[in-house]
Amino acid sequence: MATVHVVLPYSLYTLARSGAEIELDIAGPITLAAVLGALEAAYPMLAGALRDRATGRRRPLVRFFACQDDQSNLSPDALLPEAVVTGREPLIIVGAIAGG
Amino acid sequence: MPHIRVLVGTRKGAFILTSDAARRDWQVSGPHFGGWEIFHIAGSPANPDRLYASQSSSWFGQVIQRSDDGGVTWNPVGNDFRYFGDPGMHLHYDGTSKPWEFKRVWHLEPSPTDPDTVYAGVEDAALFRSTDGGLTWQELPALREQQGAKWMPGAGGMCLHTILLDPENPARMYVAISAAGAFRSDDGGASWRSINRGLHSQYIPDPEAEVGHCVHRIAMHPARPNTLFMQKHWDVMRSDDAGDAWFEVSGNLPSDFGFAMAVHAHEPDTVYVVPIQSDSEHYPPEGKLRVYRSRAGGNAWDALTDGLPQEHCYVNVLRDAMAVDSLDPCGVYFGTTGGQVYVSSDAGDHWQAIVRDLPAVLSVSVQTLP
Repeated sequence: MATVHVVLPYSLYTLARSGAEIELDIAGPITLAAVLGALEAAYPMLAGALRDRATGRRRPLVRFFACQDDQSNLSPDALLPEAVVTGREPLIIVGAIAGG
Repeated sequence: MPHIRVLVGTRKGAFILTSDAARRDWQVSGPHFGGWEIFHIAGSPANPDRLYASQSSSWFGQVIQRSDDGGVTWNPVGNDFRYFGDPGMHLHYDGTSKPWEFKRVWHLEPSPTDPDTVYAGVEDAALFRSTDGGLTWQELPALREQQGAKWMPGAGGMCLHTILLDPENPARMYVAISAAGAFRSDDGGASWRSINRGLHSQYIPDPEAEVGHCVHRIAMHPARPNTLFMQKHWDVMRSDDAGDAWFEVSGNLPSDFGFAMAVHAHEPDTVYVVPIQSDSEHYPPEGKLRVYRSRAGGNAWDALTDGLPQEHCYVNVLRDAMAVDSLDPCGVYFGTTGGQVYVSSDAGDHWQAIVRDLPAVLSVSVQTLP
C-alpha cells in the first residue's frame, strides 16, 4: 500500500470539499489510472471532471504534473515517478492555461 | 406574505436574489460555485426548496448540483449523461459530419408535480430525464429520430435550450434546439414530431425545411398551453395550435432578432421580447435597452424604457435570461451580458436594477414563494 499525495486545483477541491492537497492510499502499481480511480472513489463528485467517463481519456484541458515534468500524456497504465509513489512528491492536477 | 426568489446563472457562478412582495429591496446571495459557468438554475414547482443547478466548465466538465433548502446548501448529484445507444453523427458547420458528443446542460426543467423528476436539455442536442432527484439520467432518444443527422450547431452550439411541459396534458411537452427547430411529444417523450411549419429561415438552403431552423426560445402561458410564442433567430412567431402551424407576429418591433421571451403571468396575450440589432450585432438597436411588450399576442408592440439605459448600452439578453413571477401585478425580470439584473414590479412599466455588476448573466428564473 502506497500513500500518494495529490494536489487539486481550486475548482476541484471546492467541488470535492476537500483540502487542496489530499492523501490517497493505493494498493498495487501506482499508475495515473490507479490514482484517478482512487481519487474518484474517495470523491465521487470528481468522476467525469478529469477524464471521460466512457472512454477514460483525459479531458483536454486537464494536466498532470509531477517532479517538474508534465505527465499528462503518459499512458494511464504507466508507472508514475518513484518520488510520487513514495509520497515525497505530489501528483499535481491543474487546469491548463487557456484563454487570454 | 409571499416573497420572491430570483435564481441567476452567470459565467462565473450563481447568485440568488430575494425580496418581499414589494420587490424594491433585495438581498443578494453568492457567488455560489464561484468560477464555474452556471447555465441554469431552476426550482421545483412541487417543492420550491428543491433547486437544481447546471454547473459546467470547459476544463472540468459538467456537474449537477441540488439544493433541498432553497439554495442555502448544495450537493453535487449525477453528471453521467450518456446517449442511448450509438447516437451516430450530425452535421457540422463545415459540411462534415461529427459524432454526437455530450458537452453541457443548458436548461433544467423540473416536473410541476414531482420534485424528483427533472428534465435536462443538453449540448449536443438531446433531452434527458431524471426521476431520482438528479442522481441518474436517462436520455429520451426518440427525439434524435427527427432527422438528427441533419441537425447542425448554431453559433452557440447545438443545444437543446427550451423545455416546456404542458400543465394540462402531462403527456405533452415541447423542446427547441439551435439550430434544428421545435419539436413536440404527445406521449411523454416516447415519440416526437417536428413543429416547424410556417417558419421561414433564409439562412438555410431550404428556407421552409422541416428541420434546421434556429429557434432561440419558445414561451407558453400555462392557462393557454396550445398558444406558443417563439423568438427565432430572426422573426417573432406565434402558434395557436400547439405548434402545428406558426405565423409571424413581429409587427412593429425595431428588430425581430433576439433571444429572450416571456409571457405575463396573468394575461396570456401579453408577451415580452428584447429586440437585438442583428445576428452579427448582439446588442440593442440604437444602444437603447428596450423591452417590448405586446398586449395583443404580438404584432402591436410597445417599447418599455423607464429605468432602462437609453444610450450607450451594448449588452445582450440571452435566451434563458428572462422570467416572470406570479404576483399581481406581475413582475418581469431579465439579466444581461453586462451583469445587470433588472426587475419591473408593474408588468414592465417601470424598471430598476437589482444588481449591476455580476458576471455575464446566462439565465434568470423566478420563484414566487408563499
